[in-house]
Amino acid sequence: MTGLLSVKDLRVGFGQDPRANEVVKGVSFDLAAGETLAIVGESGSGKSVSALSINRLVDFGGGRITHGAIHLTRSDGTVLDVAKADEKTLLGIRGRDVGMIFQEPMTSLNPVHTVGAQIEEAFRLSKGLTGAQAHKATLDVLGRVRIPDAQSRLGYYPHQLSGGMRQRIMIAMALAASPRLLIADEPTTALDVTVQAQIMALLAELREETGMAMIFITHDIGLVAGIADRIMVMQNGVAVEQGEADAVLDSPQHDYTKHLLRAVPHFTAGKAVRNDGRRAEPHEPIVKVDDLVVRFPVGKAWFKPKGAIHAVDGVSFDLVPGETLAIVGESGCGKSTTARALLGLNSKTRGEIVTGSGHSVRPVQMVFQDPFASLNPRLTVEALLAEPAIANGQRRDDTLRARMAFLLDRVGLPQDALTRYPHQFSGGQRQRLCIARALMLNPDVVVLDEAVSALDVSVQAKVLELLVDLQQEFGLAYLFISHDMAVVERIAHRIAVMFAGQIVEMGEARAVLSDPQHAYTKRLIAAVPAIVRRKQRFAVDMTQVPSLVRPPGFEPPPAQWREAGQDHRVRIEDTP
Amino acid sequence: MGKMLSSLFRHPSGRIGLVIIGFYLLAAILGTLGLTPHDPLKLFAIDRLKAPSGTYWFGTDLLGRDAFSRLMVGIRQSMLIAFASVAIATIAGTIIGLLSAWWGGLWDGIFMRVMDVLLAFPAILLALLIIAIVGPGTMTSVAAIAIVYTPIFARVVRGPALSLKQRDFVDAARTFGSSQGYVLTRHLLLNLVAPLAVQVTLALAWALLTEAGLSFLGLGTQPPTPSLGLMLAESRNLMTHAPWLMIFPAVTIMLGILGFNLTGDALRDILDPRTQRREA
Repeated sequence: MTGLLSVKDLRVGFGQDPRANEVVKGVSFDLAAGETLAIVGESGSGKSVSALSINRLVDFGGGRITHGAIHLTRSDGTVLDVAKADEKTLLGIRGRDVGMIFQEPMTSLNPVHTVGAQIEEAFRLSKGLTGAQAHKATLDVLGRVRIPDAQSRLGYYPHQLSGGMRQRIMIAMALAASPRLLIADEPTTALDVTVQAQIMALLAELREETGMAMIFITHDIGLVAGIADRIMVMQNGVAVEQGEADAVLDSPQHDYTKHLLRAVPHFTAGKAVRNDGRRAEPHEPIVKVDDLVVRFPVGKAWFKPKGAIHAVDGVSFDLVPGETLAIVGESGCGKSTTARALLGLNSKTRGEIVTGSGHSVRPVQMVFQDPFASLNPRLTVEALLAEPAIANGQRRDDTLRARMAFLLDRVGLPQDALTRYPHQFSGGQRQRLCIARALMLNPDVVVLDEAVSALDVSVQAKVLELLVDLQQEFGLAYLFISHDMAVVERIAHRIAVMFAGQIVEMGEARAVLSDPQHAYTKRLIAAVPAIVRRKQRFAVDMTQVPSLVRPPGFEPPPAQWREAGQDHRVRIEDTP
Repeated sequence: MGKMLSSLFRHPSGRIGLVIIGFYLLAAILGTLGLTPHDPLKLFAIDRLKAPSGTYWFGTDLLGRDAFSRLMVGIRQSMLIAFASVAIATIAGTIIGLLSAWWGGLWDGIFMRVMDVLLAFPAILLALLIIAIVGPGTMTSVAAIAIVYTPIFARVVRGPALSLKQRDFVDAARTFGSSQGYVLTRHLLLNLVAPLAVQVTLALAWALLTEAGLSFLGLGTQPPTPSLGLMLAESRNLMTHAPWLMIFPAVTIMLGILGFNLTGDALRDILDPRTQRREA
C-alpha cells in the first residue's frame, strides 16, 4: 500500500441496532500523501459521518462502524486499521496523525481560556513542549496561519476575535501536531464570503508548505473546485461518483452530480442579470430613503452612553415599482438593519423614509430569512394568512377566503393547505407561505431579507423564479437583502453594496457586477467561489472589517461620490 | 385537548396519575352530591373510635363520625381549594409574566422584583402570614395559596415569553400591524400552553399539600367541615388507639400529590419538543 489512507467498504450505523440504521452504506476511497479529497453532498448524505470515522470521533456521536476497514499509514510507517483500534491507540492518532477543524470555531474553542493558552496546550499534548518553547512554537504557528500582530493576540479570548480569526486559531491548533492528514468539516460555512475566500486560500497555501493531505467536507461543490485534487459525491450514504476534480466537474457521470452542478447558482460577473423591468425615465419612486442613520447605544456610563454602534450611517436609495434593488454585503454591514428600519422594526436615529401612495394601507411588507421561525407553529395556515387582513380591519368572510385561495394557488401551494400547520410543510413551501402572507395586503414593496438563503439550492432556484413571476404580475418592487452574489445576479435590477454601515457602490446590476469600482466590491466579487474560475489563485487577503463602535457625538464626514457610468455611483474613500 | 389526554394515557406514569386523579374527582363529586355512605357530620355516639369494618369502611373518629364519608368530603374540599387557588395563580401569574416580558424595562423590573419578594418566603410561611392578617377560612386559604403560587407562574411565563417576543413571527406580526392583544394571545400565549400545562399539574400537587398543611395548623378549613389536614390534626392524639384515623387521610394526601406529580411528569415528557415525535 502506497497511500496514506485507504478506506474499504465502510459502513457506519447509529442507534440501538447499528446494522439496521446505516447512515454510511459501503464507502471506499484512497488518499495519497499530500492529496486533497473533497467529499460533497447535501445534509444527511453521510459525508461528515464518513470523515469522522477516520479518527473514530463518530463513536462519540453514537455511531458504530459495522463493517469495513480504515487503513491509516502512521508517521513511523506502520499501518493501522482504525476501524478496529482501541481507544488508547486512537488517542495517539487524533491530533498527531489526523488533525481536524470544525464548522463552528466559537463552539470548538474553550471560551474561558486565552487562545494562546489553548494553542500552547496543543503543543504540550502533541510534542511535549512547555514554557518558552511552547510559547515560541505558538507564535510561529500563528504566523503560519497569517494572524497579524501575533504577540498581542495570544492574550485574547475567543469571543474577542472575529469568526475568520477564530477559524485560523483552530487551524493553528490542528497544525500544532503537524498532522499528515487534516479533516476539515465545512470549515467556512459559518463565515462570510470574503473570509471564506481567505480561509480557503490559507488552507491551499498551508497544504503547499506542509505537504499534508486533506479531506474537505462541504455541501458547496463550487467551493472545493479550486482546492480539491479529487472529488467524491455522496448521496444517501453512498458515494455515487468519485474521480479527479476536473473530470467530475467538467464531465459528471452520475445524474446526482449533474443535478448538484446545475442547481448551484453560478456567478457569471453580470452576464446573467435580468433584462426585464429596467427603470424607465422619468420614474416616480415608491420608496425613497434619504440619509438613514441607525445607531445603537453601547456601554452605559453615568447617564450617558459611552458610544454607539453605527449600524447604518447615511444610507440613501430609492425604489421604483417593478424593480429589484439588492443590498449586498457581509454580516454586520447594516443591510438587515436598513431593511428593518424601513418597516419600523428598528427605530431610526435620523433620516427620512418616504413611501409613495400605493394601493395599500401598508405598502411595505417583509419576508424573513428563516421560514421556520417566521410562522407561528401553533396556528393553521388559514389563521396565519388571515392575520394581516384581520389586523387591518377586514372580516373573515368569503372575499378574504377567496384572496387566500388565490394567493395559495399563485405561490404554488395546494388548496387543502389552509387547514394544515406550518410543521407539515417543507422549508421551501413555508417560504412560499411567507410570500403569500406578505402579499395578503396587496403591498407595493416587499422586503426580502435573505429570503432564499436558508433553502436548499434546488428549492432556492424555484423560489427565485416565483419571485420574478410575482414581480411581473403585481408590479412589485423588491428590496432584496443578500450576501450571495450569485443569487443577487439573478434577481436584481440594481445593486447597492454595503460595507460597515454605508453604501460604497450603487448602480445598475450589470455595471456593478461586471465592472466593480470600489475596492470592497472588487474583493466581494473576487471571493465568490466559482467552478469556472477554479484555476485562478488568490493571495491571502487580511483585511478586517473596522469596528463600528464610535465615541458619542462622532459624525462621519459626508460621503463623496463619483460617477462611474450611467446609473453607477462609487463612494470615494479618503484612504484608498 | 382530547389528543393530549389520550397520549397522557399511553404514557405509563401518566396513566397511573390520571387514574388516581380520576378516583379523587369521583370521590369529590360524590362527596358534593351527598352520595356518601353516611352523613359526614352525623355523630354515631355509640360507634365512637370503631376500627374499619363493613359498616364504617375507614372506621369512625372520636365523635363517632364516619371517616370514609368525611374523607370524601375532605377530598372535595381540598380539590376545590387546590383548583381554585391554582386557577387564580395561573391567570394572575400569566398576565404578570406576559406583560413583564412584553413591556420590558422598568415594568419588568417592578413586576419581577415584587415576584422575587413573594418567592423569597417559604410557601407555608407566606400563607400563614396572609391568614394571620385576614383570618382563617376557605376563601382565605384559596387567596393565600393563589398568592404563594403566582410568582412561580409569572416566572414560568416570562422566560419563554421573552424569547418568543424576539421570534421572527412576532416581528412579522408587527410589519402588518397586528394589535398588541392579538400578538399577546395568539403568538405568545398559544405557544406557552405546553409549559403552563406542566406547571399547572405540578402546582396542583403543591397546593394540595399546602392546603392540608394550613388546615392541620387550624388555619384553613374550619370545623366541623371535614378536610384532610383537619382530620390529620384531630387524629394526632389518638395515634396509638386509632391509627386508622391517621393512616387513611395521610395516604389520601400522599396519593393525591403522587397522582398530580406523575401526570405533570408525563405531560412534560409528552410536550417536550425534544422527546416529541414529529407528526407527519
